[in-house]
Amino acid sequence: MDHLPTLVSEARDAIQAAQSVAALDELRVRYLGKKGEVTALLKGLGKLSPEERPVAGERINQAKQILADEIDAKRQQLEAAALNARLAAESIDVTLPGRGQASGGLHPVTRTLERIEGLFTRIGYDVAVGPEIEDDYHNFEALNIPAHHPARGMADTFYFDATRLLRTHTSPVQVRTMKSSEPPIRIVCPGRVYRSDSDLTHTPMFHQVEGLLVDEGVSFADLKGTIEGFLQAFFERDDLSVRFRPSYFPFTEPSAEVDIQCVMCSGAGCRVCSHSGWIEIMGCGMVHPEVFRHSGIDTERFTGFAFGMGAERLAMLRYGVNDLRLFFENDLRFLRQFA
Amino acid sequence: MKFSEQWLREWVSPQLDTQAVADQITMAGLEVDAVEPVAAAFNGVVVAEVLTKEQHPDADKLSVCTVDDGSAEPVQVVCGAPNVAIGQKVPFAQVGGVLPGDFKIKKAKLRGVESRGMICSESELGLVDDTSPGIFVLPFAAPTGEDFRAYMRLDDSTIEVDLTPNRGDCLSLKGLAREVGVLNRLAVSGPVCESVTAAFDDTFPVTIEAPEHCPRYIGRLIRGVNVNATPPLWMVERLRRSGIRSIDPVVDVTNYVMLELGQPLHAFDRDNLHGEVVVRLAKEGESITLLDGQDIALRPETLLIADQNGPLAMAGVMGGENSGVSVNTQTIFLESAFFTPLAIAGQARSYGLHTDASHRFERGVDPDLTAVAIERATRLLLDICGGDAGPLNEAKSDAHLPEKRHINFRAERLRSALSKSLPQQEVSDILQRLGLKVDVTELGWDVEVPSWRFDIAIEEDLIEEVARIHGYNNLPVRRPAARLALRANDEARVTQSQLRHQMVARGYQEAVTYSFVAPELQASLLPEAVSPILANPISADLSVMRASLFPGLVRALQHNLNRQQTRVRLFETGLVFNGHLDSLSQTPMLGAIACGTRYPEGWAGGRDEIDFYDLKGDLESLVVLGGNSQAWRFEPTDHPSLHPGQCAKVMHNDREVGWIGTLHPRIRARLGLKVDALMFEVRLDALSEGAIPSFEPLSRQPEVRRDLAFIVKETVPVQALLDVATQQAGEHIKQVKLFDVYAGKGVAEGHKSIALGLTWQHPSRTLNDDEINQLVSAIVSQVRSEFSAELRS
Repeated sequence: MDHLPTLVSEARDAIQAAQSVAALDELRVRYLGKKGEVTALLKGLGKLSPEERPVAGERINQAKQILADEIDAKRQQLEAAALNARLAAESIDVTLPGRGQASGGLHPVTRTLERIEGLFTRIGYDVAVGPEIEDDYHNFEALNIPAHHPARGMADTFYFDATRLLRTHTSPVQVRTMKSSEPPIRIVCPGRVYRSDSDLTHTPMFHQVEGLLVDEGVSFADLKGTIEGFLQAFFERDDLSVRFRPSYFPFTEPSAEVDIQCVMCSGAGCRVCSHSGWIEIMGCGMVHPEVFRHSGIDTERFTGFAFGMGAERLAMLRYGVNDLRLFFENDLRFLRQFA
Repeated sequence: MKFSEQWLREWVSPQLDTQAVADQITMAGLEVDAVEPVAAAFNGVVVAEVLTKEQHPDADKLSVCTVDDGSAEPVQVVCGAPNVAIGQKVPFAQVGGVLPGDFKIKKAKLRGVESRGMICSESELGLVDDTSPGIFVLPFAAPTGEDFRAYMRLDDSTIEVDLTPNRGDCLSLKGLAREVGVLNRLAVSGPVCESVTAAFDDTFPVTIEAPEHCPRYIGRLIRGVNVNATPPLWMVERLRRSGIRSIDPVVDVTNYVMLELGQPLHAFDRDNLHGEVVVRLAKEGESITLLDGQDIALRPETLLIADQNGPLAMAGVMGGENSGVSVNTQTIFLESAFFTPLAIAGQARSYGLHTDASHRFERGVDPDLTAVAIERATRLLLDICGGDAGPLNEAKSDAHLPEKRHINFRAERLRSALSKSLPQQEVSDILQRLGLKVDVTELGWDVEVPSWRFDIAIEEDLIEEVARIHGYNNLPVRRPAARLALRANDEARVTQSQLRHQMVARGYQEAVTYSFVAPELQASLLPEAVSPILANPISADLSVMRASLFPGLVRALQHNLNRQQTRVRLFETGLVFNGHLDSLSQTPMLGAIACGTRYPEGWAGGRDEIDFYDLKGDLESLVVLGGNSQAWRFEPTDHPSLHPGQCAKVMHNDREVGWIGTLHPRIRARLGLKVDALMFEVRLDALSEGAIPSFEPLSRQPEVRRDLAFIVKETVPVQALLDVATQQAGEHIKQVKLFDVYAGKGVAEGHKSIALGLTWQHPSRTLNDDEINQLVSAIVSQVRSEFSAELRS
């Protein structure tokens, strides 16, 4: 009994010195187990007088409790250290790039076309497409451009034979849609178009988006509102100035060219806008009654507007591309800039 | 059309500066391309008279002159021009003056002789672009000492308008002035064009044989003209400022009247005309030598001016070489005619010609201008060249002259078209100033279209005229309203956009290649392809329509490999063209090409070169978007572009919809590619066809799985084995999974081991071992018998 303090002190030293959970478990058995040294003291209580017994029992139980607590504390300490050691061993370089495939990207023209389609489909337009090898009727005749019309000289046409050609604009899709459906018609027609022209600012193939809206009571004011709204949305500039200049397309009357305030210099004048502050961006107008007649639409009841724009031109202005020909070289160093 | 601002202001002169005038007409639809000063900047140049001229003592080609430049003393100047002569009036740059190009005139010694100034040529003054042969000799009346710029009225601008083809009426000062007058609500005044009194009675006979093409033809003889007279400086200058070079007085006058009034004229030498002038279509086999020396074989639809000996001129396009005016011409036959736009349209272009005359006639020349213009030209010719004029000889066909057009113009139609009510007075005023005759009616206006406006025929044309003059930008802006009607969307459909974005997610860059390709490249990839050929390609390299996306993609791959890109992933969507024109299909396809390592260069592996299965995985990732993978199969096939052992046709619902494989090594070698390229192309309509998900209840019963490994010949396609296994597996089979393909140690040479994992599940009860064992043995025996397969233990 008298050696209890010594025993406790000895046990505590041993616990503190333990290096592992397993060593701690051994200590627990040695001191506190059924045959443990402290437990043995309890068994020796019977030899004491009844007066001494409670006091001694109390002391022994206190010592047991102290040692049990110390073992638990030491165990937690050891476990935490072990976890920390494992975590430290498992740490990696999180700055290394991720594994696997890199993403590609859309062509800037597609990116532009998708944005334009999105702006219009969101307000109720449909997307319509058509063939690229067209006939004279759909590309010219039905659009009020009869043979020998001077306007045929406006677009240099690729021909296959006397009547088959590569469409020079996406307007034939308008014709096909008007023939096959009834007003109200609201469509945008994106696609490839072809003109036999090739120099710094022309490629023999490029992309257009054509728009058409036919309904009762459609006026020039609706056209102006649509175009202005579209251009401000496309360039994400609510204050973008838009102006309409009278022009001529055989399939619209009245017709207009649309200029926007130069998006590069905000109208101050720069190389892109030839120092005029304005950039010609698209053509538009009210659908010519002759075009309606070709499509069997009642010109007294319905009116409509159409507009057309070059996707490459919009992409160049939007992304600052300065060379049209890059769009068709498919150079990865170019394409990757639009991912 | 280029014109001098000064000239315009003689007709109408708004209180606006040059730029404001240019802006104004641009905004009225006559787009101004350029505004340029008529002469470069220079100063210190005066009109001087050459007083003396002596040979330079030390230089053969120089002369020493004195000139009177209006100062107190004659000025000595050394001059190198061969044409300098005593008595001439010349532009003289004084010491201190500055010529174009910042060339300062200083006192100088030329081969020992003092020179104090410079006698100038037109090019030295920046009046013409090319070098002039000698000094610019001015009319004798030019006042000595007057500032040259003031004398020439050089403080003027050239305005160039790019006219749309409907506005032929503005191809003259008269037409442009009319527009400016309307825009500024100003009266317009032009030159007086009085009739010239005939001095004799002779005429040259004219017959119109093609009145539908030429309803009016006026001719007149002018005798005793001096075709060597000097055209007046004012006329030469106006022509120059309009971009037309002075040739001789006759040509200058016809050009001048064309610019002034818009009527092209032509002058013949009377002595080269025989019999009568006939306006007719060309006959088979006829030809003509034009003024520019070109020999042209004429087609029968070409309108001619001819005489009894044959063609004299291509009507409305260009005169003939042998009928024109020469230095010896005594009598002129002057022509002013109305050729219909349809007669001329396309003619000049079809012969590769384009002239000022054809440009105007095909857009429409005022048929009421014919006589006015010939009178104006006659007056100018007589004033410059002397001589006498005969009477006008007019041949015409009233029935073929354009009819007066009347349009009922409804005020309500105008209002609804523009969403704005314009005052009746403003509309009437605009129309009248444009030259339309206007009667106000109960509902609007009754309008008669003037003879020069070929572009106005219907109400909408009038709406445009009013809108244009009122100003497009002064009209209201409105957002269209539409009913918010919901429409079904095709849920099963995979959009082109989804497919594109999937390719992007798989690491591909989108390419856009030309739809026309080099015939040799297409033939090497697709020797049997038939696709339309362009009649007028931009170059031989871009002359045949692509029958496949492969040629464009291969070319794009090559472009990038040649630019140090080693890992390429490209895809494209677009039409391919197959068949002859009459049986043509234009099919939307999605194609891809890839080469290089599996992953971009990096630390984490993926450095193997990709193979067929990488590309197939990419294609399968598109297929699964539709949720209907079982509609798709890949079958071994041959394709001329692809490696025969690494090539499959892509089947969708038993229809062939595309190909996938490795670029054929022979083609690869021919193209000089150093790496393997893998390609596929598939019809977009098939990829777009998906299915709407259909729910199957989840079974609570346990799944049963059995794995089987077969050893088969290497040539047995796994798909065939999977098909048989699936067929024999009974109705409760959930999945037949291929989980291993192995060849090598433990498997006989020429054989492979294929491991399948089969999973069964019954919807409502537990499947017992007997059932499964039966199915497994059915599978095994069928596979054994069909493929001589061995079950691997």
